[in-house]
Amino acid sequence: MKNWTRAAVAALMMSAAAPAMAEECIAPANPGGGWDFTCRQIGRIMTELGLVPNMVQVTNVAGAGGGVAYAQVVADRNDDASVFVAASSATTTRLAENAFAGATADQVRWVGTIGGDPGVIVVGKDSPYQNLTDLVEAVKADSSKVAFAGGSAVGGFDHLKVLMMLDKAGFGDARAVKYIGLDGGADAITQTVGGFAQAMTGDLSEITGFIKAGDVRALAVLSDERIAGFDDIPTAKEQGVDITAMNWRGIYVPKGISDEDYNKWVDWLKQVGASEQWQQAMAENGLAPYDIFGADFETFVAENVTEIEGIAKEIGLLQ
Amino acid sequence: MISNLAMGFGIAFTPFTLLLAVIGAFVGTIIGALPGLGPSNGVALLIPISFSMGLDAISALVLLTSVYYGAMYGGRISSILLNIPGDEPAMMTTLDGYPMARQGLAGEALVVSGVASFVGAFIATIGLMVFAPYLAAVAYKFGPAEYFALYMLAFCTLGGMGSNNQAKAAMSASIGLALAMVGLDKTTGMPRFTFGELHLQDGIDFLVAIVGLFAVAEVFFFIESHGKDSAIGVKLGKVLIPWKMLKRCTGAMLRGTGIGFVAGVLPGAGASLGSFLAYMTEKSVASDKDTFGKGNPKGVAAPEAGNNAAAGGALVPMLTLGVPGSGTTAVLLALLLTLNITPGPLLFTERPEVVWSLIASLLIANIVLLLMNVPMVKIFVHILSVPAWVLLPGVTMIAFVGIYSLTGSSFDMLMMVGFGVLGYVMRKLDMPTVPVILGILLGNAMEDNLRRAMVLSNGDWTFLFSSAISIGLWVAAILGFLAPFFLRRVLKKPPMPETDPTLNED
Repeated sequence: MKNWTRAAVAALMMSAAAPAMAEECIAPANPGGGWDFTCRQIGRIMTELGLVPNMVQVTNVAGAGGGVAYAQVVADRNDDASVFVAASSATTTRLAENAFAGATADQVRWVGTIGGDPGVIVVGKDSPYQNLTDLVEAVKADSSKVAFAGGSAVGGFDHLKVLMMLDKAGFGDARAVKYIGLDGGADAITQTVGGFAQAMTGDLSEITGFIKAGDVRALAVLSDERIAGFDDIPTAKEQGVDITAMNWRGIYVPKGISDEDYNKWVDWLKQVGASEQWQQAMAENGLAPYDIFGADFETFVAENVTEIEGIAKEIGLLQ
Repeated sequence: MISNLAMGFGIAFTPFTLLLAVIGAFVGTIIGALPGLGPSNGVALLIPISFSMGLDAISALVLLTSVYYGAMYGGRISSILLNIPGDEPAMMTTLDGYPMARQGLAGEALVVSGVASFVGAFIATIGLMVFAPYLAAVAYKFGPAEYFALYMLAFCTLGGMGSNNQAKAAMSASIGLALAMVGLDKTTGMPRFTFGELHLQDGIDFLVAIVGLFAVAEVFFFIESHGKDSAIGVKLGKVLIPWKMLKRCTGAMLRGTGIGFVAGVLPGAGASLGSFLAYMTEKSVASDKDTFGKGNPKGVAAPEAGNNAAAGGALVPMLTLGVPGSGTTAVLLALLLTLNITPGPLLFTERPEVVWSLIASLLIANIVLLLMNVPMVKIFVHILSVPAWVLLPGVTMIAFVGIYSLTGSSFDMLMMVGFGVLGYVMRKLDMPTVPVILGILLGNAMEDNLRRAMVLSNGDWTFLFSSAISIGLWVAAILGFLAPFFLRRVLKKPPMPETDPTLNED
């Protein structure tokens, strides 16, 4: 009996102990989401390319939609050159909406993005709307008749996609747009297939299975060009609505590190982005190329934040 | 289907995977039994390990599903022996399991609940196998109005819970609902009651509440009574298989399985709701209602069958829709995604080898777990039956470590101690704590769905009663609420939770 007890304790210890490693990636959410994916893939590829000698340790610091990790990096690890943090459009969206308890986007250094999940607008397979124009016209005619479902809360990136798209299409009354926020894209699509919402907005990768199965029809993809493998989905731009909404996948590092270290991260990220492994990971997960690095990326983030602030004020999230 | 299953077994049934299943089941049972470490922690902890071991997709799946099912079995052990639920669905098992242990029936309670777990999980796995492609469509029938009615049903049946005083149960539930308001409001995107504290933005984690209300409060009681009259230190006699008791509980197990499975299939309902509804249903159909809460074996069998069936049921929306029905399935979903398997409507046709080997490994894990949990239950009991002065600090330590591992912040630990104080006070006032947890667990989803329904209908409340499913659920909820008042004696056949009746395939 005693031996069994010891075996149990040993098994537990094994499962709890993590090997010591040098570079660390913080995924600001629980295992399984996009940030966790970013960390694990980039970490794995960095090791495989020989950029780092050891495995990259992935730490999940969940909470406040990335806010807990952000605050931790800013406050406690400001000069730690061995840590990087997974980020996406959601990070900048929340920063712009002041959802990180006063933290601002210029408190860290933005390294780059190496891929993007194109936004997409879909309807149920029996929906009367055949293209984006039909949908937009329906909203213009009576916005209380068209409900959008999305995988994020009000003010989140999925909500913003709808608002930005409608704004560009000439419907500027953001508060009149009906939107229900659910827990993730798959949940939102279930509500759309069930007919509770008329259209759904989300990231392409979340709903590829539903599109292929024919449960939903994609009206538009919100990227600059059509996506390989989904060539029959027209872009919004082709349909006369000038909008790009890519949920980019990138990283940031602490503000206090040296320029040399920052450039090292930019260089590493470029190498990961160019690697065959990453191309494969993107293809398997429905991501499209979306590369912006270094100073360009810092500008991109700043512009992005300003744009979102504008919308947030319009819908009353910011004063 | 049989040929598919044979293929699944062909892939999954090797000595190596069997070994993994045994290890997974063992580790899972322990993780489940330890308060604070739930199935989702366990699976999350093991994902990196399975990668560094270089396991292929199938082996990793076998290992982690064994941990998942193992934790579902394990949660009951500490519920029964310590009056501390090992994980959230095992909460209902404390109600009758612990009184049984106090009466010297700990062994019987463990065996009955072990067998109930097996029945629930096994039938649910078969249900998953046979009906998964059809059941996916059920999720499409549940919109905001239907979910709201489903949660109402849960809260309306609270009246008959634990305490004899229904007002106290209602008050506990209100405390839980109020606590559920904390955090980011999905319908406006604004934080509520967070006082600028980032750690409160996601709301209060129910694990923090459970560990605080049960484990920490237990520690306070232990200190107060110097160990007398405390939960810790229940002795376990010889474990015999109580055939008679098992036979008496067959009905309870089957009903629990049916309800649990349906609750599991609905994303957003999950194992806790499954075990709760299974318990409440059993209590209302039983002829010996009075003994519920005082050590009725049916009160152990029903929720255990319910929560394990729900665990199997939750795999249906996870595999067919990519919608995780619970925290643990969310982690399993993550595992599949990292293995480059994308769950969704096409998974069954595109990757049959994955699906069927997963099902085969679930069946294997289940049988391993039955063998481990019934004849060998003493081993696990042994782990928990060290002297109280060793065990209690150990439980406290694990509780703190487990909670710290959730977010890596000391804030949650302080909150846990706060809940411990609340739990202590509530027990002194003879208020049941389970409704608080239920409020925290379901309150958010209930509110979100109500407000989504209002957005969709432009504020028209009749929308809540606009489908047959929601009306059925409302009727059941009203009956469940009124039954304890008026029909206490007359009612022998109370309402089953009215989902689509054709789905109760037990």
